[in-house]
Amino acid sequence: MWGVIVNRFKQGFRTLSYPKEIPSFPKRFRGRPIIPTTETQFLIDKEKDPLGAVVLEKKPAIDMGKCLFNEDMKTVCSKGTLIYSQDHRMAVSKREDLIIQDEVRLATALNEKTRRIFGRSLKLREVCAGSCGGCDAEIQAMGNVVFDLSRFGIQFVASPRHADGLMITGPVTKNMELALRKTYEAVPQSKIVIAVGACAISGGPFQGGKEVHNGVEELIPVDLYIPGCPPHPLTILDGLLRLLGRLQNEKRI
Amino acid sequence: MEQKEFHARNGQSWELNQIPILEESSFRQKILEGCHHNLRLVNLYAQQDENRNIKVFAILGNDQEGRLTVFAMQIPHDQALFQSLTSELPQAHMFEREMAEQFAIAPIGHPWLKPVRYHQNYRNVSDLWPEVSSKSIPGVYPFYRVNGEEVHEVAVGPVHAGIIEPGHFRFQCHGEEILNLEIQLGYQHRGIEKVMENVSVERAVLLAESIAGDSVIGHATAYCNIIESLSDCEISPRAEAIRSIALELERLSNHIGDLGALSTDIGFLPPSAYFGRLRGEFLNLLMELSGNRYGRSLCRPGGVLFDLDEGMIKNFRERLLIAQRDLKEISDLFFSKSSVLSRLEGTGIVSKKTAKELGLVGPVARASGLGLDVRSDYAFGMYRFNYIPVSTVHSGDVYARALIRWLESQRSIEFLLDVLNQIPEGDLQTKVSVLKPNHMALSMIEGWRGEIVHVAMTDSNSRVVRYKIKDPSFSNWMGLSMAVRGVQISDFPLCNKSFNLSYAGHDL
Repeated sequence: MWGVIVNRFKQGFRTLSYPKEIPSFPKRFRGRPIIPTTETQFLIDKEKDPLGAVVLEKKPAIDMGKCLFNEDMKTVCSKGTLIYSQDHRMAVSKREDLIIQDEVRLATALNEKTRRIFGRSLKLREVCAGSCGGCDAEIQAMGNVVFDLSRFGIQFVASPRHADGLMITGPVTKNMELALRKTYEAVPQSKIVIAVGACAISGGPFQGGKEVHNGVEELIPVDLYIPGCPPHPLTILDGLLRLLGRLQNEKRI
Repeated sequence: MEQKEFHARNGQSWELNQIPILEESSFRQKILEGCHHNLRLVNLYAQQDENRNIKVFAILGNDQEGRLTVFAMQIPHDQALFQSLTSELPQAHMFEREMAEQFAIAPIGHPWLKPVRYHQNYRNVSDLWPEVSSKSIPGVYPFYRVNGEEVHEVAVGPVHAGIIEPGHFRFQCHGEEILNLEIQLGYQHRGIEKVMENVSVERAVLLAESIAGDSVIGHATAYCNIIESLSDCEISPRAEAIRSIALELERLSNHIGDLGALSTDIGFLPPSAYFGRLRGEFLNLLMELSGNRYGRSLCRPGGVLFDLDEGMIKNFRERLLIAQRDLKEISDLFFSKSSVLSRLEGTGIVSKKTAKELGLVGPVARASGLGLDVRSDYAFGMYRFNYIPVSTVHSGDVYARALIRWLESQRSIEFLLDVLNQIPEGDLQTKVSVLKPNHMALSMIEGWRGEIVHVAMTDSNSRVVRYKIKDPSFSNWMGLSMAVRGVQISDFPLCNKSFNLSYAGHDL
């Protein structure tokens, strides 16, 4: 008994003061990408971008839904360097908002009516549909003492029938298609769907594969897209809080 | 019949025509005799050659000498069957089922012939289970059943209650007691092996990082070793050292996360919170090194993308020393409580004999007293110079699997402090050239779950025509089934956590 108490004192208080303060990320952290847009003659090295994350229209843009946030992408452009900023905020409400040039339209809050139904709590069911387990590990990490998800009234529940929505990872394998559909149908209205990670958004490195779909959207509508491979727990948390209207642009709760 | 032997070592590549091709009877006999004399079936897999015939390759490991024996047999495409080894050699069980599914070759006499991942075969002929591929789900499946009064069945999954990957568990119970557990996976099947054969090196390494999300470094290193070996590229000692640092950080984060998960499952919450936080410290060190909490983008064919400078090394050492102290304090708290020990001891026992028969690997095998560890048996990279002592525990229960994680974590921190003291010089990247034609390469890595094995084969145009991946989970799931026999069903979650196997790594 004393051992437990002594240990408790030694361990101290470890929860981040987020969202009041944003912790600093290490220098090499790869947050929201910024693509060089000053060049008129724009060429990309297709070999370095095998998943087609760079979109060339009038101006070059980067699709955060396809990007695996890998270091190799930095030299994808013939001139200029793609930069990964230190900004962890990346979650958006529409698929097209993931394709960014210089600024990003971050996720907007759910409508008033839905928010009233959910009240101050959000209960989610997580479905892993072919992910490598990376995104799931980060979702699980949100529950530890550092991020302490439950202080925001957000919890993961054991059954879809107890849930307000689904948080889905993985490209959705053919073998998980039916299980995912059934789980979705079991969630009572009104329900939300959150796609976490490059796989759930676009198929990620598996895109185009015979055994997988290219993301959740091929099967069910998505309300919140959280890019990354895997997204940092704070990126996911940022998306959830925006969805609940607790973070608006630069404003804190 | 010519009976030439071909031996190889971990990380080597060799010409395909060096591999002896045996008659089926001598192929069988060689495997059975070898495994009778302390060899282990490291891999058994099939490939279709250019004449549409099937070749089955066997890789036997001599763990004491670090030597691998490779040989093959041929099966004609119009008579796709062979005599199963499983009833005489249980460790062949999953390999044979996998071959039956991937290449529609029937292992005659297999006692438990069922699909593994539910996909169509790679030969475009009719499947051994035609009804399976026409339906969209796994689980259409004749589960093993126990009949009798008061015997009942419990079905769990694919969508579980926690935040974990999908799989189906079917228990046959008598009251609380588990008589049999059958585990059916395949829900996570993404077809990685096939995709690997058809994409560029740049994309394949991203796929390798996504085989199992908690073993990014393990699988990426295995893939890089394969490409380096196939192109005679010697990476610098510095790159080797940095890869080994990342691999040990990965091991630490997972082992400590598992200790936390075990504390959660027995309802002892203080250490669960502390271990959970401590796991993050190691993930954050990986992020400091590679920019990603799981070490993505660190390993690339030819070396690594990130260096450790003097300042970082100092910082890493300081943080590791603090973590070492914290780990000791929390583990002392956890392992000294009688209520903890009474829950862990004697629960979910896998005997040494069973572990050996099933070919279990990694910490699970070491917890049953088998001294297997690729880092010392088939030493690769930095482990050739800095030796990590192998820890073993003999009781084979949940306690042993928890203790082994603590012991190995201590050894890993000591290794890291040692390597950080003397990182060798060298370039981060060495140029990778064209792959050698008609070659086979093999790479084994001791990931945190155990032996990761990658094998690649090239054709005459230097194209990779077969990429075989074995995650340690593939060998170990059967161990979990055996561990829970006779255990109360309420202890299943605890047993499951003590294995903590990957669904994605198994399903590929």
